[in-house]
Amino acid sequence: MEPFKLIRAQDNLQAIHSAGIKQSKFIAGGTNMLDLMKLNIETPRQVVDINKLSLYKIEEMPDEGVRIGALVKNSDLSYNPFIKTHFPMLSEALLSGASPQLRNMASTGGNLMQRTRCPYFYNTDFACNKRLPGSGCAAINGYNRMNAVLGTSDQCIATHPSDMCVALAALGAIIYVQGAKGIRTIPFADFHLLPAQTPHLEHNLRQGELITHIEIPALPFAAKSHYLKVRDRASYEFALTSAAVALDVQNGIIRQARIALGGVGTKPWRSLDAEKALIGASATESTYKRAADLALATANPYKDNAFKVELAKRTLVRALKTVEGLS
Amino acid sequence: MNESLGKPIDRVEGRLKVTGAATYAAEYQIKNLAYGVPVLSTITKGRVKSIDVQQAQKMPGVIGVMTSENCMMLHSPAGSDPGSGKFAEKDLLPLQNDRVLYGGQYIAVVVAETTEQAERAAALIGVTYEEQKPAVGFENHFATAYQPGSGLGGAKTQEKRGDADAAMKTAAVTTDETYTTPVYSHTAMEPHATIAEWNGEKLTVYDATQSVMGVQALLSTILGIPKENTQVYALYIGGGFGSKGFTWANTLLAPMAAKQFNRPVKIELKRQQVFSAAGRRTQTQQKIGLGAGTDGKLVSVKHDTISETSFVDEFVETAGVATPMIYSSPNVEVKHSLVRLNRGTPCPMRAPGESVGTYALEVAMDEMARKLKMDPIQFRIANHSDMDEQKKKQFSSKYLKECYLRGAESIGWNDRNPEPGQTKQGNLLVGYGMATATYPANRSASSAKATLYVDGHAEILCGTQDIGTGTYTVMTQVAADAFGLPVEKVKVKLGNSSYPKGAQSGGSQVSASVGPAIRAAALGAMSKVIKIAIADHKSPLYDKKEEDIMAGNGRIHLKDNANVGEALVDVLRRNGMDKVEAQAKTNVSTRAQQSTTAPDGSPEAKIEEESKTNAAVQADEKTERKDYVFHSFGAQFAKVLVDPDLGTIRVEKIASIMDIGTVMNLKTATNQIMGGIIFGMGMALMEETKYDPINGRIVTRDMAQYLVPVNADIPEIDVQFIGKPDPYISPIGARGIGEIGITGMAAAIANAIYNATGRRVRDLPITPDKLI
Repeated sequence: MEPFKLIRAQDNLQAIHSAGIKQSKFIAGGTNMLDLMKLNIETPRQVVDINKLSLYKIEEMPDEGVRIGALVKNSDLSYNPFIKTHFPMLSEALLSGASPQLRNMASTGGNLMQRTRCPYFYNTDFACNKRLPGSGCAAINGYNRMNAVLGTSDQCIATHPSDMCVALAALGAIIYVQGAKGIRTIPFADFHLLPAQTPHLEHNLRQGELITHIEIPALPFAAKSHYLKVRDRASYEFALTSAAVALDVQNGIIRQARIALGGVGTKPWRSLDAEKALIGASATESTYKRAADLALATANPYKDNAFKVELAKRTLVRALKTVEGLS
Repeated sequence: MNESLGKPIDRVEGRLKVTGAATYAAEYQIKNLAYGVPVLSTITKGRVKSIDVQQAQKMPGVIGVMTSENCMMLHSPAGSDPGSGKFAEKDLLPLQNDRVLYGGQYIAVVVAETTEQAERAAALIGVTYEEQKPAVGFENHFATAYQPGSGLGGAKTQEKRGDADAAMKTAAVTTDETYTTPVYSHTAMEPHATIAEWNGEKLTVYDATQSVMGVQALLSTILGIPKENTQVYALYIGGGFGSKGFTWANTLLAPMAAKQFNRPVKIELKRQQVFSAAGRRTQTQQKIGLGAGTDGKLVSVKHDTISETSFVDEFVETAGVATPMIYSSPNVEVKHSLVRLNRGTPCPMRAPGESVGTYALEVAMDEMARKLKMDPIQFRIANHSDMDEQKKKQFSSKYLKECYLRGAESIGWNDRNPEPGQTKQGNLLVGYGMATATYPANRSASSAKATLYVDGHAEILCGTQDIGTGTYTVMTQVAADAFGLPVEKVKVKLGNSSYPKGAQSGGSQVSASVGPAIRAAALGAMSKVIKIAIADHKSPLYDKKEEDIMAGNGRIHLKDNANVGEALVDVLRRNGMDKVEAQAKTNVSTRAQQSTTAPDGSPEAKIEEESKTNAAVQADEKTERKDYVFHSFGAQFAKVLVDPDLGTIRVEKIASIMDIGTVMNLKTATNQIMGGIIFGMGMALMEETKYDPINGRIVTRDMAQYLVPVNADIPEIDVQFIGKPDPYISPIGARGIGEIGITGMAAAIANAIYNATGRRVRDLPITPDKLI
C-alpha cells in the first residue's frame, strides 16, 4: 500500500472541495477500496472519508418513489420495509450479495463504485487494460469462466460484480451527484460505461463529484418483482448469472416489464429488447423464452464462459415464471 | 472410576483461542523484530538476469534486501532424513541460484522496520528475467508421463495381484471410465509464518508447522548448526491439512534473514503467496476399470492414475493406495505415473491419495452397481473383505458393514429410487448417494515426559503439536486417567522441540502414537509414587503389592478397598519430594521402517533406557501386531437436491458412520469428521485452483476466487461412531481420525447427483455449468 493523506470531511462541500484534486478518492464503507489499495491496484494520494456526511436517510416520496442516501448501509437498505414492499427485487439483490459483515459496512453509493472481480485485474503480475491502460487483457485468452459475455470489447471482458446495481438498472434509478459546479442527475443506464477502447473509464463521475442520493422513481408494478442469482456456493459469492425482473400482468397479458441481468455484462445489463418482447405478449413460458433469447442475442462468449449464455436465459425465464406466480 | 477418556469435554485451549490469547507463530512479541516481505517470481520458467534493489533500499524503514547474491549458503538436506517436516523443494533451496521453476517462487526478501514499509519497498524491486517456455497444462504433457519411485511413507506406486487384464476380458459386466480432479489448495485459516531469532549460535524459531521435531532437524541440517542449538515452537496452529507437514522456504528464509541483518525477523505469507509457495494437491486423471460377474462379485479392478509434480521435487499422489485392499477381488492392478509441470510443488493434503482415489473408485463402484442393477450398499457388502487381500493379513478390527446399515437408516436410503432422475421435490430433483470411506491407522514411535507435583497437579511434555484437531484435549484426558486425576489438574504441553520426541501431525497418527506414550509416562510416574508408598511405613499402603493398587480421584488405594489408601500429594509431602517424574517411549510402528532407536548418549536414548522398566511400555510393545493391518473404515451418505434448469446443487443431509476404534472425545472426534466432510463438500462442488493457460501462473489465489464452502452451504450432518476399541493398535484402542472424514464424501455427493439427475459428471468440481 502507498502512503496517503486521510481527510475526514464534515459536510458535502468540504468533501467535494477536498476531492477535487487528482489521485483523490472518497471512502465510505471501504469494503472494496481498501482491498484494492492493499494490492496496489488503487494508489490514491489522498483519501476523503465521507462517513460523517448526512447521507443516511431513506426518504419515501409522496408518489411512492424513494430517495436513498449514498451512505445508507446495504443491510439497512435491504431490510427497509418500504423497499421490501415496493421494490422487493432490490432487497433480494442486496441480500444475495457479499456477507452480513460486508453488507453492514458497504454503502449504497460505494456499491455503485465497486470494481470488477476479474482475477487478472486483481493480480498486478498480469496484463490488464482496466488496471494499466494499454497493457493488454490477460482474461481474453486466459481463465475466463467468471467473465462477461455482454458488452465486452477486444480490450476488456471484465464483469460488473454488483447485485444491487442490477436491480437499480431494472428499476431505472436516477443518481444524484454534487460537484463544485452544483448538483446534477445521471440516469442509471448512463452511469456505468462500457469498456470499449477505454476499460479504465468505468463511470460518468467527474473528479471530485460526490454521489449524494439514488432515487428510484415510483413503479407500482415493481411490488411484484424478483431477483434471482445463480452462483457456485450458497452465500458470499458473485453471480454466475442473475436476473432482476418486474412484471405487470393483467388478464394473462403482460402490460409492463422490467428486465436486467447480472453476472454476464461489463455493466449492469438492462435489456430493453427483452422488455419490448414481453410487453403486450401473453404471459407464457414461450414468451419468456423469446425474451431471454433477445436479451442474450448479442452475447459473445469466450473459452470458459459459453455456459453463461444458456444459464442466463434459464435464469431469466425462471425469474419471470416466479414473478408471474406472484400475481 | 472417574475416567474422562471418551467424554465430550470442551477443548482445554478453547477459551484461549476464542479470546485471542492463544499465540500463533506470527503473533509472538519479540523485541527489535524486523519484518520480511518476499518478492516472488512473475515468470514461470527461466533465469533471473538481474535484481535492482537500489530504489527499494532507499525507502523509509528498509533494513536490507536479501537476494541470491548476498544471502548465506545453505546445506543440502539430501541424504539426511528428518523423518518428518521434510523440505518440500529439495531441488530448489531458496535464493541459492538464479533458476526460476514456477510462478510465485522466492526471488528476494525485503526486510524493514514494519510490514508496510517492507511491502512498499518490495513493490519497487526490479527483476529482469530471461524467460523460457514453461511446461503448462496437465493434459498437454501426458506423453511425457513416467513411473515414479515410492509414495508417501514408502507407499508402493505399482501393485498387482492375479491378472487384471485377462479377468477383465472374461468378466460378465465391465465398466471403464476416466475421472479427473483439479488442483486443490489447503487454505488453512492461518497462513504460513515464521519468526527467527539468533542469540549467538543459538536459534529460536516460531513456526506454523505440523512437526516441531522435523523443523528442528531440518534447520539444523540446512543451516549447518547443531540440533541442540535449534529450538522450534508451535504452540498453536491454525490448521495445516498437510500444507504445514512439509517445510517450506519461509521457514528457512526467516533465520537466513535474521542472521544476515542481525535482527529477529518475521516472515508471514499473504494469502496470495500461500497459494503459490506453500503447497497444494496435485491434479489427477484416473482410469478405473471394473469387472464383475453377474453375481455382483468383482473379478478385476484396474486403477491407473496420472498426476503431476514439479521440477523442484517429486511428489506422487498415490490415488490407488486403497484400491488393492478396500474390496475383495482376485485380480487387481494399480499404476501411477507422473508428469512434470512448472508449478509450485504439490504435497500431502488431507488424506493424500485416498481423497481423490476413493472419489474415482467409489464413483466407479456406483456405476458398476447401476450396470449390475444392484443396490450400491448390497454391491459393496457382496465384495466386502475382512482381510487385506494384497498383504494377506486380517484387519485389526473392522465394522464396515454396520457402518453401511446405520448410515442407510440415518439418510433414509429406503426412500431412494434406484432409477435416477425420477424423484422430485417441487422444482428440484432428489438424489441419494453413498461411498465407502477409508484411511490407514498409522502409529509411530513417540516419547513423553510425565511429572506429578506435590501441589497435586500433573504435567505432560511431548514434542508433538496440536494443529487444531484437539490433541491438547484428548491427551489431557489420556493423562488424567493414567494419573487418576481430574482433567483440570493436568496440564499438557506440546509444540516445543526440546520436549521428548512426539509424532508429526500428519497421516492421522498423533492420537494413536502419542496417546500410548503419554499414558505410559504417566503410569510410569504413578508406579514410582506407588513404590514410594509401599516402602513408606507411614503409608496405609505400606508393604502392599503394586499390582493390588490403583489410582483414582487424586489418591492411590487398594483395588478391592478404596478406603485403604491416601492422597498422592501426601505421599510426596511426607517423603520431602516436590515432584515425581517419568519418561517413556513407545517404540511401536504400524509401518515397520519407522521403528527407531536413538543414538547412544542422546536424550532419547535415556528415555528408551527408562522405558525398559516401564510396565505399560513393555505390555504395549509386546502386543502381537505382525499378523494384522490397521485401517479405519466408514460409510458416508449424501442426500442432494438439484435444480435441473439452473444446475444448482443443494446438499440436504450428510450421514457419516465411522469405525475408528475408541472414541477419545466425542466432541473433538465429531468435529474432526465434520471438518473432513465439509472439506469433501468443497472438493466435490466448488474448490479448484486454476492456472493461466498461457503462462501457468495461479489465477485463483485468494478466497474470493478459490471457493470453499460457507455456512450457508452446510446441511444437517449426522456423525456416528461404532466405538469398538481396536484391540491391537494400542492399549487405548483409538485410531486417528483427521483424514478419513473426507475420503468418501466427494463420491457420495457425486453419486447422489447422478441419482438425482441421471447425469454422471466425472470431472470435479461438479459446478452448475456441468449440469445444465
